Amino acid sequence: MRRWLPYPLVALSLLVLWLLLTGSTSPGAFLLGGVLAVAGSGALAALTMPAAHLRRLATIPALLLDILVEIVRSNNAVARIILSPGGTSTRRSGFVRISLDMRSPHGLAALACILTATPGTVWVEYDSSDGTMLLHVLDLIDDEAWVRIVKDRWERRLMDIFE
Amino acid sequence: MNQAADLPLWAALPVAALVLLGAGLALVGSIGLLKLRSFYDRIHAPTLGTTLGIGCVLLASMLFFSVLQTRFVLHEILITAFMVVTTPVTLMLLARAALYRDRQEGSAEVPPVPPAAPPVKE
Repeated sequence: MRRWLPYPLVALSLLVLWLLLTGSTSPGAFLLGGVLAVAGSGALAALTMPAAHLRRLATIPALLLDILVEIVRSNNAVARIILSPGGTSTRRSGFVRISLDMRSPHGLAALACILTATPGTVWVEYDSSDGTMLLHVLDLIDDEAWVRIVKDRWERRLMDIFE
Repeated sequence: MNQAADLPLWAALPVAALVLLGAGLALVGSIGLLKLRSFYDRIHAPTLGTTLGIGCVLLASMLFFSVLQTRFVLHEILITAFMVVTTPVTLMLLARAALYRDRQEGSAEVPPVPPAAPPVKE
């Protein structure tokens, strides 16, 4: 089993992806998708990625919902900043350096995607030697508040899942 | 599009609203690209179009084709997944390239390389 399917979750996602792309659930589509899934996950094994051990999968739906809410909220905030006529003079943007406790590469990748996909914040740089990351914030009012948001809202919950 | 006339009113209204909202957000993002001053500010603007903007358009597309073909059309979920994974990578790449260049030029606007880090290799 391990030899043929080194990454069962990846293989399953590839199969689902294929079925969604072809838009059919005929035996032929399953067969072709199955071949693709085995070949794709086999190719991934050749890259020798660091293994990910997902835990507490039950917390993922709530996390995804929070990400969605945050994206809608910050879309609104950034749209207001852009459309406000004279607001650019009072607004201050800048960099915040945040020291992270998370070391799992998959968790860090997820955190980077969450922060960058949310309008108003961009993950700029990560320094693996001391575990700090650099965040650029469009509307920077309080540095400490951002450190708290990143650590409490996202990092702690991602650590529950990935570490 | 001719089939659009076959769409019942209860579906046409949310589809129209979602398409308009999505297009509006993409427009605001583009205005932001024009209006914001520094590179690091501008990098935030297109995320409007690539998150909620594209989300609204894709929802409208799913609703439109699901109602017209009376079956669930779910390709759009794949587009969403690919957007969520690829857009941040592009933005991070751009931001890091800009940061690298600004540091090379000794710009005072960007934070310096942290002291604990090893020297940057060419």
